[in-house]
Amino acid sequence: MGVGIEVTGLNAWYGSTHTLHDIGLHIPANRATALIGPSGCGKSTFVRCLNRMHETNPIARVTGSVKMGDVDIYGGISPVAIRRRVGMVFQRPNPFPTMSIYDNVASGLRLNGYRNRRALDEIVERSLMQAALWDEVKDELKKKSGASLSGGQQQRLCIARALAVDPEVLLMDEPASALDPISTSKIEDLIFQLKSQYTIVIVTHNMQQAARVAENTGFFLNGKLVEFAPTTKIFTNPSDKRTEDYITGRFG
Amino acid sequence: MASIAQRPYEYEDRRRSLRILQSHFVTGLAVIATLLVVAPLVAIFAYLLFKGASSLNWAFFTQIPKPVGEVGGGMGNAILGSGIILAIGSVLGVPVGIAAGIYLAEFGRGGRLANAVRFTADVLNGVPSIVVGMSVYALIVMRQKHFSAWSGGIALGIMMIPTITRTTEEMLLLVPHPIREAALGLGLPNWRSVLSITLPTASAGIITGCMLAFARVAGETAPLIFTAFGNAFWSHRLDQPIAALPLQIYIYAISPYDDWHRLAWAGALVLIVLIVVSVALVRYAAGRAVLKGAT
Amino acid sequence: MEPKRAETTPPENSEKPIDIALATARGVPLEVLNREIGVEQPPSPFLSPVRLFLNSRGDAALTDRVFAGLMLLAALSIFAIVIFILKELIGSSQLSLHAFGWHFFFRSAWDPVSGDFGALPFIYGTVVSSLLALIIAVPLAVGTAVFITEMCPRILRQPLSFLTELLAAIPSVVYGLWAIFVLLPLLRDHINPFLIKTLGWTGLFSGYNLGNGMLAAGVILAIMILPLISSITREVMTAVPSNQREAALALGATRWEMIRVAVLRNARIGIVGGVILGLGRALGETMAVAMVIGNTPHISKSLLDAGYSMAAVIANEFAEASDDMYRSALIEIGLALFIVTILVNALARMLVWAVTRGAPARAH
Repeated sequence: MGVGIEVTGLNAWYGSTHTLHDIGLHIPANRATALIGPSGCGKSTFVRCLNRMHETNPIARVTGSVKMGDVDIYGGISPVAIRRRVGMVFQRPNPFPTMSIYDNVASGLRLNGYRNRRALDEIVERSLMQAALWDEVKDELKKKSGASLSGGQQQRLCIARALAVDPEVLLMDEPASALDPISTSKIEDLIFQLKSQYTIVIVTHNMQQAARVAENTGFFLNGKLVEFAPTTKIFTNPSDKRTEDYITGRFG
Repeated sequence: MASIAQRPYEYEDRRRSLRILQSHFVTGLAVIATLLVVAPLVAIFAYLLFKGASSLNWAFFTQIPKPVGEVGGGMGNAILGSGIILAIGSVLGVPVGIAAGIYLAEFGRGGRLANAVRFTADVLNGVPSIVVGMSVYALIVMRQKHFSAWSGGIALGIMMIPTITRTTEEMLLLVPHPIREAALGLGLPNWRSVLSITLPTASAGIITGCMLAFARVAGETAPLIFTAFGNAFWSHRLDQPIAALPLQIYIYAISPYDDWHRLAWAGALVLIVLIVVSVALVRYAAGRAVLKGAT
Repeated sequence: MEPKRAETTPPENSEKPIDIALATARGVPLEVLNREIGVEQPPSPFLSPVRLFLNSRGDAALTDRVFAGLMLLAALSIFAIVIFILKELIGSSQLSLHAFGWHFFFRSAWDPVSGDFGALPFIYGTVVSSLLALIIAVPLAVGTAVFITEMCPRILRQPLSFLTELLAAIPSVVYGLWAIFVLLPLLRDHINPFLIKTLGWTGLFSGYNLGNGMLAAGVILAIMILPLISSITREVMTAVPSNQREAALALGATRWEMIRVAVLRNARIGIVGGVILGLGRALGETMAVAMVIGNTPHISKSLLDAGYSMAAVIANEFAEASDDMYRSALIEIGLALFIVTILVNALARMLVWAVTRGAPARAH
């Protein structure tokens, strides 16, 4: 069961470059929300502001408010605590190369001090099943390293790793863009099933993907949120002309 | 001969042959240079093998030197002593060096302090080892009024620090950024992410860097002359003078006794073999480390 | 594929503390658990046991600060080493510093018995042997580097560069050993007579020919600094982008012309840096020099005469230096050596850094 996210007046800078201008939107709980837009429009930056990864860059700065549930994540809580509650899957699969599959999935819990071996076994199994990877790796959990899987499998491993810590929100930054079509469709199926349990925010370049998985879609352009509406409306009857231009392929 | 304007190509051709000749000549010079460089190397190894191998027997590794005039004996105490001193040096040099390398790679990117540390470490790598030995002498030996194994170890450890710092930094920087992001994204605090994710990923390269530093100080004599000082007998006490392999080689080499010269060659062979094996291992492991850690 | 759903199982013993993470992993709904442990349904967000566990972990701010502090301390140790060396050397050479002042470095005395010390012979020996080493080593090193980088067949590249690296790995004392028993006889019996015959008129090759002396020191030093200069030269040559080479070739240059114009010209600052680094190394080389230079504090024009270097005198005489003034004089020489090598190395590193544009310099 996920939480809703309320964003108000979010601004972000990289050094002196103002990358996000006054973003405000409400991401509903237990739904998938897609963010689309041309390259460099700020959608990735926005998503990284939701789990305070943006500020890992020393010259990055954020102002504004992001309320997850009833907690303002910029309101005095440490970023580490926030990131424990928000899972993230990156564009390129990044499993930990020195760890086995089991260790990868368990890493979020184990490295935070969780010791119960039996519970970990069950959590790892459950997460791998949720990520639709269990059947493929169940015999080699501890023997195979995370990096020895195929690209699509690695990405599902990363999803399992993110799910193992039971996040309230799952952020996905173009999770399938580096994958082949079969892996991509597997991941889209996953998102479909996961969204009843978590709030999912997915950044995608692929408009058809947004249309397939997300209930709501936001269109970003040049660091501003141009339009945010139910997916069907965005793709059939957008209110803003810029949205329509992007959808129909006039640019981007 | 017609003017250049009228017969341009012929002039060009003659100039060109001269230039090509020049090029071949320089190539020849370069080949000669390379041969001249390789020759001493081959010569040194050949002599070491030729003069040293025959003296390598069980006694060499297990006995201490016999008194002057008696044939036989070995350098067992020097090998042991070197091992002890190197162990002390590693205990000092490896943790401090790795930690400093972690600072440079994880906390200091681009900062002025980090740049100063980096530059100073590079400069320290070029400081003569005898100067380090003298300083440790002034700090420890002079105050304690006696030579000791652990002062020698400290001198070697100090020499290891700048080398290990730079190689550790370089290896940590090879860890791809997405790996760190994944660790942070899971909600791991920075110290956890560095120690449990970044460091193990770079571990192969870091270990080879430590081995390089180890091999380098293993052959150092000068800093030991007035710290460990050398010892003709078995010794394992840390607060007493202790023998060391390079030191023993030096003492024997400049002595007037043929038997000691023989032992010096044997000792040098042992030392070289240890160092070459380390360097070869480093090259081999470094090749694999790049493949493994950077995927 | 649906996640597994286990049946609801009530906990066996309500007095035993329940591992709620385990229970939820088995799919026991939280409402059941909450009923058993007597907790009200928490408000949103839904707090699963895993979430409960993670939320109970601190944010490790203190540990992070301690960790960062420790790493910083280790990094500062680099500065501490420099300061420590300076402090000890300056502190222990006070006697000699006060007794002789600046003139110490311009006097030629060296009499431990009467306590009269002057460092000029050692400075002379260090400088001359190092310069000689550079004269011999630089053409050879650059030539080798050019050959390996630009000229040799690809399969030879790895073994040749490995061989030059091996040269760098040989310890000083082994070089000295080899020099005493192989190089010195070679010089004494073959090379020096030849030099005396042909170049004796210059005055550089006269006097007794024992094999050891300044020339021997210069030769062995040259062999020792060769790999350093060669590897840096190779590094800066490879840093020159290949389009420079291609442009020269496209204009019709021969291979040597291409190397001269496109590569060496671009790399020359770095090569100079490498040469200066080699100089720095030669200045501080101790054991091999001590074993072949003849150990006589004597300034002579002839390269065949014995001499002494700063590092060699320290190595040879320090252990026997019985009185404080003697020791202090030697430490003052060490201090001078330290400062000079620091300056030379700093200059060299700046040059190399300028060419490789701040890419982390490898620990040479």
